[in-house]
Amino acid sequence: MTRADDTLPADPSDASGAPRAVMSEPDVARALRRIAHEIVEHNKGADELVLLGIPTRGVELAKRLAALLAEMEGAEVPVGELDITMFRDDLRHQPTRAPMPTRIPSSGVDDRVVVLVDDVLYSGRTIRAALDALSDLGRPRAVRLAVLVDRGHRELPIRADHVGKNLPTSHAERVMVRLAGVDDVPDDSVSIGLGETRAGAPSTPGGEVR
Amino acid sequence: MRHLLSSADLTRDDVRMLLATAAEMHEVQRRDVKKLPTLRGRTVINLFFEDSTRTRSSFEIAGKWMSADTINITGKGSSTSKGESLRDTVRTIDAMAVDCVVMRHMASGAAHQVAQWVDASVVNAGDGTHEHPTQALLDAYTLEHRLGDLEGRRVVLVGDLTHSRVFRSNAITLRTLGADVTLVAPPTLMPSGIRSWAETDGLHLTDDLDAVVATGPDAVMMLRVQRERMSGGFFPTPREYTVGFGLTRERLRALTDANGDAVICHPGPMNRGLEISADAADAAGSLVLDQVSAGVAVRMAVLYHLLAGEEVAA
Repeated sequence: MTRADDTLPADPSDASGAPRAVMSEPDVARALRRIAHEIVEHNKGADELVLLGIPTRGVELAKRLAALLAEMEGAEVPVGELDITMFRDDLRHQPTRAPMPTRIPSSGVDDRVVVLVDDVLYSGRTIRAALDALSDLGRPRAVRLAVLVDRGHRELPIRADHVGKNLPTSHAERVMVRLAGVDDVPDDSVSIGLGETRAGAPSTPGGEVR
Repeated sequence: MRHLLSSADLTRDDVRMLLATAAEMHEVQRRDVKKLPTLRGRTVINLFFEDSTRTRSSFEIAGKWMSADTINITGKGSSTSKGESLRDTVRTIDAMAVDCVVMRHMASGAAHQVAQWVDASVVNAGDGTHEHPTQALLDAYTLEHRLGDLEGRRVVLVGDLTHSRVFRSNAITLRTLGADVTLVAPPTLMPSGIRSWAETDGLHLTDDLDAVVATGPDAVMMLRVQRERMSGGFFPTPREYTVGFGLTRERLRALTDANGDAVICHPGPMNRGLEISADAADAAGSLVLDQVSAGVAVRMAVLYHLLAGEEVAA
């Protein structure tokens, strides 16, 4: 993003270096609505479901999915938050940060169908950590994964059950999800840019950051 | 953050981050499975040259709940009783490639000294009459949990200031968080140099507990009278100390009359009937057991921030 045009490496997906919008507000809304339908269809109803968002944006997405399920099925699906900070496998590669809250709905997760919700699925390591965190909290009947964007490059045998958008990317790129209500933006958006920071998604091509 | 040696090393942001982490660790404490994989493969040595119940056990539990291997070494059972010097003892331990040494020692400054000698992270779990930073953090955590933000809150520390490392660390951390701190002690138990410290850091000093209690402070922290560190002469009789500086039944009533929401802390172990009456220790506003419960969470937070992060190039 900060590099000048003439120094950019040949990159088929992006010639300008500026972030390229790939999903707009209505796209995000449509994707979430489809995911909500899929969840209900797959689960044959909304019974026994628990939505657990992975902070920060997964929590917002989980809340939106719960609202859609309420609208579609008239069902009150419990929503919780599952922080994975303490379960990461790359703790030694970045500065420590204060963990975000973990809030499990009072219904618990035992014998429920837990749907983990996150914004971007990349290496799969976050989800691996989430599965570990979840196993300390109870024994769900099944665990499913819903993500807004699947950008590929999995490093673990993990896949999403419900995907808002499959987004082929290169390692050098960064997927930025911005959600109204979490980020300081008026509208939801998903865009791709060239990564230069290590916050969130990894930056170095082929790097082992996460 | 490599070591935790003094409360003065912690900025307001550091304290905020440690307390925020502790809050999440407190949640873990309420779970059925109290175990996080965070410090898997790390070794924490509790090296205690002085007696301790809550500090040592809470560090041990904190380490275990985060999957570190924790080992306790006490002065009595170690080679120091055969005459080994502190330097040789800690260098021996360091040679086993441990990651963290949690140390309590009767000499002020011992933790600072040991930090120069070892590669491991050092946590000061009490050094003589100097500091006890994790106690100050857990007290701040406990107070915030009950009172909310401590900015501008009035906290009174009462008792044996001369021998109290708890008071020293607490005064620093409470000031870091913006609390209004008043120190109450008989003149004989005011440490030398306290006046200039009080002036620099904006601490209030007095020897009139009743007057302070009547103003209805938000929190009163009673310090233990440390008879093991006293060699007589600090006050005429225990009875006289209690009359002047104990949180007696009458003072408890005066405190709750002035501020019904006032809370009472004591770092333990309590001398019931000396600095704190049974009524005060067991009062509704007493946070003594909350302090102990917070101790594990706060120490988990400290171990996490010292041991989990990015490896700092030496």
